[in-house]
Amino acid sequence: MLAESLALTAALFIIGVVGVLIHRNAIIIFMCVELMLTAVNLTFVAFSRFYGTAGQVFVVFVMTVSAAEAAVGLAIIIAIFRHRQTVDLRNINLLKG
Amino acid sequence: MFLQTAVSAAAVAHPLSGTIAEWVWLLPVLPLAGFVINGLLSLNSAHFGAADPNISDHHPPEGGAEALASSHAEEAEEAGDDHHAVRRHRWAGVVSVVGPGVLILSFLLALGIWQAMATTHPEAPFIQRYFSWMPVGDLQIDAALQLDQLSMVMILVVTGVGALIHVFSVGYMRDDPGYPRYFSYLNLFVFFMLMLVLGANYPVLFVGWEGVGLCSYLLIGFWFNDKVNADAGKKAFILNRIGDFGFLVAMFMLFANIGVLDFIGVSAKAGDLVAGSPLITAICLFMFLGCTGKSAQIPLYVWLPDAMAGPTPVSALIHAATMVTAGVYLIARSSFLFSLSPVASLTVAVVGAVTAIFAATIGLKQWDIKKVLAYSTISQLGYMFVGVGVGAYVSGMFHLVTHSFFKALLFLGSGSVIHAMHAAYHQTHSAEDAQDMRNMGGLKQYLPITFVLMWIATLAISGIPLLSGFFSKDEILASVFARAHGSTLASANWLGIPGGTLLYVIYGTGLAAAFVTAIYMTRLMLYTFHGPVRTGTQEEQYLHEPPWIMTSTLVILGILTVFGGWLNLPEVITDVVPLGPRDLLTHWLDPVVGPATARITAGAAQVPAATEQALIGVAVVIAVAGIVFAIGRLKPDRVPRKADAIPEEGFERVVANKYYVDEALDRTIVIPTYAVSRNFLWRIVDNGLIDGLFVNGSAALARSLGWVGSRLQTGNVGIYAWVLVVGVLAMLGAFTLR
Repeated sequence: MLAESLALTAALFIIGVVGVLIHRNAIIIFMCVELMLTAVNLTFVAFSRFYGTAGQVFVVFVMTVSAAEAAVGLAIIIAIFRHRQTVDLRNINLLKG
Repeated sequence: MFLQTAVSAAAVAHPLSGTIAEWVWLLPVLPLAGFVINGLLSLNSAHFGAADPNISDHHPPEGGAEALASSHAEEAEEAGDDHHAVRRHRWAGVVSVVGPGVLILSFLLALGIWQAMATTHPEAPFIQRYFSWMPVGDLQIDAALQLDQLSMVMILVVTGVGALIHVFSVGYMRDDPGYPRYFSYLNLFVFFMLMLVLGANYPVLFVGWEGVGLCSYLLIGFWFNDKVNADAGKKAFILNRIGDFGFLVAMFMLFANIGVLDFIGVSAKAGDLVAGSPLITAICLFMFLGCTGKSAQIPLYVWLPDAMAGPTPVSALIHAATMVTAGVYLIARSSFLFSLSPVASLTVAVVGAVTAIFAATIGLKQWDIKKVLAYSTISQLGYMFVGVGVGAYVSGMFHLVTHSFFKALLFLGSGSVIHAMHAAYHQTHSAEDAQDMRNMGGLKQYLPITFVLMWIATLAISGIPLLSGFFSKDEILASVFARAHGSTLASANWLGIPGGTLLYVIYGTGLAAAFVTAIYMTRLMLYTFHGPVRTGTQEEQYLHEPPWIMTSTLVILGILTVFGGWLNLPEVITDVVPLGPRDLLTHWLDPVVGPATARITAGAAQVPAATEQALIGVAVVIAVAGIVFAIGRLKPDRVPRKADAIPEEGFERVVANKYYVDEALDRTIVIPTYAVSRNFLWRIVDNGLIDGLFVNGSAALARSLGWVGSRLQTGNVGIYAWVLVVGVLAMLGAFTLR
């Protein structure tokens, strides 16, 4: 049962990673990051089913942090959009050395 | 540490503890205080009191260069001639009290300590420890002062003659704009000189040794606006550094092999070293290298004649009476080492003898009055080294003391001559050389006191009986003869030459040098004071005796020059003529240098009194012959003025040019050093290696590394994400596959 759960979460996580790597749109990348967090949350839940409730405590933590991160991240993306009229990361390279 | 001193005091209870000798620290501190005060006043150099009529009122119009000079300054100011205006320093009055005052106080304290020492006759040195200076593992060096009979002699000379010269300087330097600076340097010099003679170990002595070198440098270049003077200072400093290198190496070797550096410790453990071993010879020779630098002996003597660029009282104090005798003091102080090494001792004597005759011959053809005295000083220092070299440490010190009297008198006398000449040329705005004897002549009618006193000093240095120089010089020659007769030196072997033969040669050289000394000194007197006046008809009216403050010091030195010999009357003379108590200095110094002298004379037969008296006779005849020869040969009325002088020919020209030693050193050392410095050290090492490779090279390396790093920063988030993922995978792989 644990193995199937972990396989599912791993699949979800990899989809998230690949999405971050291949997409150029900041919003999509952002959603992929959320997907990765959700995958991790699922892993915690799965583990808590077998090893006690500590995992569920972590899930609450992760959700809190990801909510805060979502708020900040979206605010940044909106600010960038207002400036550049785009959220394509190929055009956003101000930190180029 | 407090406890320690208390314990040692209770255990030994030195006869001097609890007496005025406890105040020995005040001896150097007084001049140091003078240095601080005068130094602070000299910082206020922007303000000069305009030639103050109140000052000149103190002196009768005919009595003073000051009066003359300051009235002249008023004229000059009226004429708007800044170049010749006398700019007396605002604080000159305070400095005139503080500068000589601290020295006089020091001298009085020294007299008190001497009195305490003379009544208690301590056999062991009186050591005062103040704090631990360098406690590094085995190396324990205290800041400690040592008072014994040897340092007492030096203290009295330094503070006594020093005080007189300070007083003389008040008159000589008064109208110099750098007056407080001059006195601050002079006081600092006395401080360091007292540290040198009072130090209880080699490092403290070395601090004084370096300090007097510094002050010598500062005072030679006192008038540093002239590049020549500044260069002379540098030359003295650099040549002294060469000597100091030797001294340092000697100290390192002492520490490496004995493990202590204080005089008591070294003298106690010196016996552990094998007498005559290469090690102790090397230590002594390195130490002697330091002495050749400080005391201007061959090969490092060339700085002393150039050092005459400084003010004349400086030449008297530093370059005749005290600092240059530090080398003689060092050898007398280290007698426990030198007496163990006949080879080193003979080297000292040989170098001294060669220097004595070499410098004396150069003195024959010099025209600058101070240059003659400079070469004379080198020559007399050579005599002292002959004395300490043959293990006659008392004779060497005796000559040091008497020489400080008559040479200080000669230098100050020449200072009074130069003072008069300078004032005369100053009045007529002439650019003639005030130190050249060809511009003097016939000065006896204008400077009668100086004339008489300088003749006394001349007779003393020549060795005319009953004057101080006669006794001391004769004692050195007699000691050389006695050592040749029988001693550890005579049985030693120096570079394949038997020591006995060598000592007879040194004795002969000493006699020859005495002959030459009598000639050049008489020549100096003849050309300066006798014959027609060559100064110039216009200038003659301005020639005058210096103010009383200068002449009075000359008179005191004159008295010392006459009676200085009473310090150590030899037995062979008191037996014939009962002049007074004999061998005072020998008995006085016996606790310090007695054992070393005994080691060198070990098992030698006494030279018969008749022989000694005959030797004295020979020396006197030679001195008189020198004077008579000079008077007969030299015609002061036929000397051309400097402007009309014709160059010498042949050997005379070689001598007049000081055997071209300076030129030879220039060609062989100075110019190659410059060339190497410019072409290799500067162009290749400094510009190429240090600037190019290290400084600019490291900058270029950082810049290129930065360029590489900056290429990684694309600013593209996608690439960062890729790098992140690859990194995480690599880490995971590394952990799982481990």
